[in-house]
Amino acid sequence: VEFYEFINRLIVDTKGDPAGLRITADSSLFAFLPELTICGTILLMLTARLFQVGERLDRAMQRYLAGSLTFYIALVGSVLALAFAAPWRHLGVITDTVSADPASAVRMEIFTGMLVYDTFTVYMRSLLLLFVFLFLLFSRLTGLPDREDAADIYSLVLGATLGMCLMASSNHLLMVFLSVEMASVPSYALAGMLKGRRVSSEAALKYSVFGAGTAGVMLYGISLIAGITHTVHLPSVATELARMDIPQMIASGHGTGELMVLSVGGLMLAVGLAFKLSAVPFHFWCPDVFEGASAEVGAFLSVASKAAALALLIRVAVGLGTVPEDFQNPLRPGDRTANQQAGDSPETLALFNVADETRATLASPSDGEGSLALDRPIVMQRLAPVRDFAAKLIALLAVITCTFGNLAAYGQTNIKRLLAYSTIAHAGYMMMAVSPLIVAAQVAPETSKAAAAGLAIYLFVYLFMNLGAFAVVAFLRNAMRSEEIQDYAGLVRRHPVIVICFSLMLFSLVGMPPLAGFIGKFAIFASLADAYRLTHHDYLLLVLLVGAVNTFLSLFYYVKVVKCMTMDPEPDHRAPFTVPTMASAYIVLITVPTVILVVGWNGVWNTALAAARYLLG
Amino acid sequence: MFDELIILSSIVFLPALGALVLAFVPSTWTDAIRYITLAVTVAVLGLCVLAFMAPGAGLATTGEAAAYMQDVFNISWIPSFEIDYYMGVDGFSFPLVLLTAFISLLAMGASWSITKYIKAYCILFLLLETGMLGVFLSLDFFLFYVFWEVMLLPMYFLIGVWGGPRREYAAIKFFLYTLVGSVLMLVAILLLFFNSDVRSLAVISDLFPGKTATFIDGSQAMQLADRAPQTATPVVWKRLHLNERVEQRLGVTRGRGELAGLLFVRTGGDRLEQPLHLKLVTVGGEGQSSVTYDETKNTVSVVLGSDATASAVAAAVAAHPRAADMLAVLVESGTTADARIGGNQVLDLPAVNRSRGIHTFNLLALAATGQHATRIGTDGEAQFGDSLQWWAFILLFIGFAIKVPSVPVHTWLPDAHVEAPTPISMILAGVLLKMGGYGIVRICYPICPSGGYDLTWFVCGVGVVSMVYGAFAALAQTDFKRLVAYSSVSHMGYVVLGLGVWKAIEGNGFNTAYWNQGVQGAMFQMIAHGISSAGMFFMVGVIYDRVHHRNLNEFGGLFGRMPVYTALSIGIFFAGLGLPGLCGFIGEVFVVLSVWNYSVTLAVISAAVVVLTAAYILWTLQRVYLGPEYRGPHGEALTPSNLRENMIAGVLFVFAILFGIFPYRIPLLGPSILGYMDASVERQVNELGEWSWNNRMVKAPAANGDNAEVLAVQPAALPAVDNAAVTEPAAVAQRAASP
Repeated sequence: VEFYEFINRLIVDTKGDPAGLRITADSSLFAFLPELTICGTILLMLTARLFQVGERLDRAMQRYLAGSLTFYIALVGSVLALAFAAPWRHLGVITDTVSADPASAVRMEIFTGMLVYDTFTVYMRSLLLLFVFLFLLFSRLTGLPDREDAADIYSLVLGATLGMCLMASSNHLLMVFLSVEMASVPSYALAGMLKGRRVSSEAALKYSVFGAGTAGVMLYGISLIAGITHTVHLPSVATELARMDIPQMIASGHGTGELMVLSVGGLMLAVGLAFKLSAVPFHFWCPDVFEGASAEVGAFLSVASKAAALALLIRVAVGLGTVPEDFQNPLRPGDRTANQQAGDSPETLALFNVADETRATLASPSDGEGSLALDRPIVMQRLAPVRDFAAKLIALLAVITCTFGNLAAYGQTNIKRLLAYSTIAHAGYMMMAVSPLIVAAQVAPETSKAAAAGLAIYLFVYLFMNLGAFAVVAFLRNAMRSEEIQDYAGLVRRHPVIVICFSLMLFSLVGMPPLAGFIGKFAIFASLADAYRLTHHDYLLLVLLVGAVNTFLSLFYYVKVVKCMTMDPEPDHRAPFTVPTMASAYIVLITVPTVILVVGWNGVWNTALAAARYLLG
Repeated sequence: MFDELIILSSIVFLPALGALVLAFVPSTWTDAIRYITLAVTVAVLGLCVLAFMAPGAGLATTGEAAAYMQDVFNISWIPSFEIDYYMGVDGFSFPLVLLTAFISLLAMGASWSITKYIKAYCILFLLLETGMLGVFLSLDFFLFYVFWEVMLLPMYFLIGVWGGPRREYAAIKFFLYTLVGSVLMLVAILLLFFNSDVRSLAVISDLFPGKTATFIDGSQAMQLADRAPQTATPVVWKRLHLNERVEQRLGVTRGRGELAGLLFVRTGGDRLEQPLHLKLVTVGGEGQSSVTYDETKNTVSVVLGSDATASAVAAAVAAHPRAADMLAVLVESGTTADARIGGNQVLDLPAVNRSRGIHTFNLLALAATGQHATRIGTDGEAQFGDSLQWWAFILLFIGFAIKVPSVPVHTWLPDAHVEAPTPISMILAGVLLKMGGYGIVRICYPICPSGGYDLTWFVCGVGVVSMVYGAFAALAQTDFKRLVAYSSVSHMGYVVLGLGVWKAIEGNGFNTAYWNQGVQGAMFQMIAHGISSAGMFFMVGVIYDRVHHRNLNEFGGLFGRMPVYTALSIGIFFAGLGLPGLCGFIGEVFVVLSVWNYSVTLAVISAAVVVLTAAYILWTLQRVYLGPEYRGPHGEALTPSNLRENMIAGVLFVFAILFGIFPYRIPLLGPSILGYMDASVERQVNELGEWSWNNRMVKAPAANGDNAEVLAVQPAALPAVDNAAVTEPAAVAQRAASP
């Protein structure tokens, strides 16, 4: 390829059109707008701080505004990013009679295949941004970011979110590593944000040492995979693995060395992911960090970080175990615009109907590698051992993580540690969805997508119930200066509203219908049962049973908290305290979806299904 | 359907609405809160009575309708998972619904003794009532499960906050035991759901009489239809009450509005990918209907006379070869076949991708699948094979047995009862335990007959062990309330035993009469126990409120101090004992008699338990009410019972007598318990008996040469052993099939 053409292609890839300053609607940049907005917001906040805009405002207005300024910048930035993510446009329902919005996202590899932009990206991104929005309100109400470090905290949060958005759209093992680091490093700093408190510093140190170690292992694993397959672009890795024909290798006994290296590489990659998921046995950091860091940071790590890690797990597992339908010839930025009919106005965004044959002519010759004429069914067939390996590994990790998390939560006396173990257990539940997702990818893609949707809807309800639980902990900490469960005794007499909301959230975490937690659990269990029926892998049934038993195990410790708050007598010497009205209102606001979602979860489910629509290509 | 929706929904959700209203009442207005709650329970009972027992407009108790679901509505709730908002009443559920409303009212009346956190108590009480009513009325498995769990949380708090000294232990024990049962149930629900397929049901139903169904994907429908033996009873489609949406996905469209009574199924033909338009055009005056098919527009036009009826349209379509090929006009439901058909309408019969099975949570459809599993076949997507049915039966049975409760999973019950406040004990014993029995009879047996039939010995064994163990344990108690709790374990053992004595094949004969009697006895026992045990717990509560202890050895001589209370107590305890003439007798005697046919040993044991029951109840009466003088603590508090207490006990006692003397029909008032249950019980027992005839008889190896003869004989052709005792399944089937 000539240098000029190479540059030209890069330009097309980035902004969709080689000519001038025009950025087309299907360019990488356009698809990347929400992330760019976050970057801009961070820059703006830091600039404002650099030039002491807040302090000047303070002096000019004779009022304290410095903290508020960064808060409003962050808030507007997150709302703007959410608007650019536009889930309402991309996650519409497609039925037999309703077709997709022509401008909505389909699977497209952006930035030369580093990232993938599809409805799952949109969903995860929107979820994360919605969380950040609620989190900003929450941290504002608890008053964690004070005059000095508001800008620090908000830029760390937004920076981590940026990394998490990248995690959810990774299509390249290098990107996997970079995005994990990008999400982790700000989290280390956030964990140590309570300056001057030893536990907080200890938490941050533990977190970062552990994170650095596992990141190194993961990077080594990636290099092993790259060494065998000569690529780290996930669909290409999968194609290479298919070309190696692993079933044949296993049958003939040749190439066991390569297989060994690949398995070790896969396991090492799993270590890095397991750290982010806080999966057993890489969970040690989790309780200590949650205990040491403030409850606000705990909420951020337990919801956003977990959501991104699960999305990344899906990306990696699906990327290694399957190939997209158009893997020979993926849709690239600019393709849809190039196919635009001559008469259409360039301003129209709805120009994306690409006929398959035209796309084939557009494809650059280097992609096809015409000599390898592998059909997708054959490729998928040959990848079966990879999927099997990944599914069993994830199922094992999920089962252990879930059971361990629930059992270890029994003995906890600190509410944040208890919620940390609860987070571990919930990561286990959610990982359970990934096994059926990959196992059924070839035989029953619909089931596979339903499993992904199950995970997506679980994350959605988990966002509310866990954020709510941490919010209660933070508000109570502010009010009564304690995070010990025994200090909550008899709280229902003082603050019935907060106790009722907290109890509802805890029961929702158990997964009791009609609360929202049950919806996610039901969806995941259903996908396990369905995949078991279709594939007859007995371990799926085992996972289902373990999941069901775990529901029962988890009841003990959640109920312990509820019992303490509602049934235990109030201590005699309790100092009077109040919880601000706004805080109560916020908690009620977060609880309401947990309670009423059951009435109409069909809509959320359809959105989750839409998110999974292009996951398998 | 709209009326049913309103009536059943208001019965179920009126208490929840009341709870919502109470949330905004200041908690200091204690009397207002109590009266509002009482008014809500009265309203629910009133609604039940008005809706189901009003002369002329109530539930059918005779004829064919009485045997099936009545007052059904089915609205799509979560279409993605085929979850419906689907309720209905039949002979199994109606008496239990009424019992729930009735006991809730009395329990609320008994709640005046609650003085702590009255607002929270009343809110939780009402939520509990919603959960209980929902369980008995739901016909969607998912909905059933949701209500089942909804009831858990209020119960946990009601025991845990308002209970006795060890209330927290008792509450969490209750919660955990029930939750174990319900997670097992959830696994079973998912397995059953994903293995069900409404399409296979449609194929063996009366939707396709004499036709083969071709689904759009050309799937197994045709082969399945070939395999279906023509002799077997078809599944009556309209009795499954499937959702309109499901019918549409199957290609079944039911005419709405003026077209009521027409049910179209798009069975085949080309151009399947496009919706087929069915155009109904009216012409003035009299005239024959005519039908044309326009290929270019893919439209079937039916020209009608102005007074054409549904059956005329059906006949016209059937007469046109091309139209008949694409449309089967299937069911003209009995009452509306002669409904006038309005014209100038276009119905779109959609062609939907049916490449995946249409799963269902519909309990009736699941039951039909379970009972016709062998006809549906074991390949393809529909599999309700023996192993699935076994596992599902075991998982579900454990879940329900915990609730009943049966030995060895009964241990939560004595603790919960002892610690629960009196009104909650009344609800717990009077209603909650019945959910277990109801689940077994509504879900376990109809859906998993294979597991149920092969495990009858297990079920009966559990029942008998519970009876014996419960009775002996009761004998050993010194705590009055614990004694009553163990008597519940023993009495509910009769229920499990009666439901389990499934023996429909006797040698070469077909006889479901004994099992029928057993199930009737079990169902009757549930109601009777609901009345007598609620009464017993109330009586214990009355005395506990006065002397604050329950030690049987410290009572005695209450007769002299509280004469009215003692008289009512003795009456209610005799009802629990099973004295002839009181309600406890009928259920016990039915069950014991039916067991005789199943196993003589079990019958002897269960009859012996009656003696044990008499022993512990009489001994209790002697220790508490008789004797010279009360010598226990707080003797000064033993005042005669007040009007409220006498009314609650009196009402219970009156019903104990009424049901004991008139189990079928109360003169001048209308049908009694068995009057409502009879037809439904007989239908279900016959269907299941027929199932065992078809599925287990064939497998039975014959020792001598008349094997072939055995196989060839159909139940209908058998000589009647006893006119009363033998019911012919084929006759029932015919009754079911005829409009």
